[in-house]
Amino acid sequence: MLKVIDMEENNLTFHQGVKDCIPTLIGYISIGIAAGIVGVSSNLSILEIALLSTLVYAGASQFIICALLVSGSPISVIILTTFIVNLRNFLLSMTLAPHFTKYSLMKNIGIGALVTDESFGVAINKIIKGEKINDQWMNGLNITAYISWIISCVLGAIFGKWISNPEIFGLDFALTAMFLTLLVLQLQSIKEGKLKLYISLVLYVVITMYLLSMFVPSHIAIILATIIVATIGVMRDK
Amino acid sequence: MSFNLTIILVILGCAIVTLIPRIIPFLVVRNITLPVPITKWLSFIPICILTALVVDSIIIEDESLISIDWSVLTVIVPTLIIALWTKSLSVTVIAGIVFMAIVRYIFN
Repeated sequence: MLKVIDMEENNLTFHQGVKDCIPTLIGYISIGIAAGIVGVSSNLSILEIALLSTLVYAGASQFIICALLVSGSPISVIILTTFIVNLRNFLLSMTLAPHFTKYSLMKNIGIGALVTDESFGVAINKIIKGEKINDQWMNGLNITAYISWIISCVLGAIFGKWISNPEIFGLDFALTAMFLTLLVLQLQSIKEGKLKLYISLVLYVVITMYLLSMFVPSHIAIILATIIVATIGVMRDK
Repeated sequence: MSFNLTIILVILGCAIVTLIPRIIPFLVVRNITLPVPITKWLSFIPICILTALVVDSIIIEDESLISIDWSVLTVIVPTLIIALWTKSLSVTVIAGIVFMAIVRYIFN
């Protein structure tokens, strides 16, 4: 038994985290390049784009920041909008944080600072399958994603003038395909008796998202639909 | 150096507000034990948020009305089949991109 645990721990190296990040890289690279292109066309310099992707490190927000800068919005409005768009990271971090309580404060801050939809998806997928995760593995996953993101944004900024429409190649669908796969993988790892509950929750989210999108911006709809349906889940799971 | 003060302030301000929601849970959860209903609630978050993100890519929000992105919805079907069949993240992502490129090629 001890031997088995040892082997599991050995598999959770920084290197393994890097490897587990690879399937998500197409998403980061294609969206990062697009973010770089949008940055340049919003009159940001390459250095500013590098700084933006290094410090803000959030796909959707970077697009919105550029759009608001172009429209001449006040600084306060841009910062507030970015805060709201990124609020869902609070839910992601809240779900991941209980798995890292045994590590130091600084390690927790380091892991938390680099949480994204994608790294969350990969990590939670491992957790749901009953596999262990640790700090080294998480850092490997997070740092690979972070570096790829910054490089892609800068490349997009440099070569942006030549690639006018990255959508043509279907690369923008990489993210959706990834979220869809992570969803499928999680549903497949759920115990037989609970599957019906989870499928119904998926349907509730679809309906709630559709209804909410009529009244609020999509980033708010994502947060509200998640909170509402997770609460329904708690009430129905007796 | 081409740095503009407004842009620097925006970047720094946005960096702080994106860092806060990412880090706070990691600081708080260390010091308290979460009650059972909360951990149960958290266990439903991944499925809900992943579904919401997929649905978000299908919905196009215009000024006041919303519409369905039919090309995305069309491509989701074969992509879902590949996901169920291969259970592989890389294979599904690449297949999804190819499907989307084909759909755009045919309909544009």
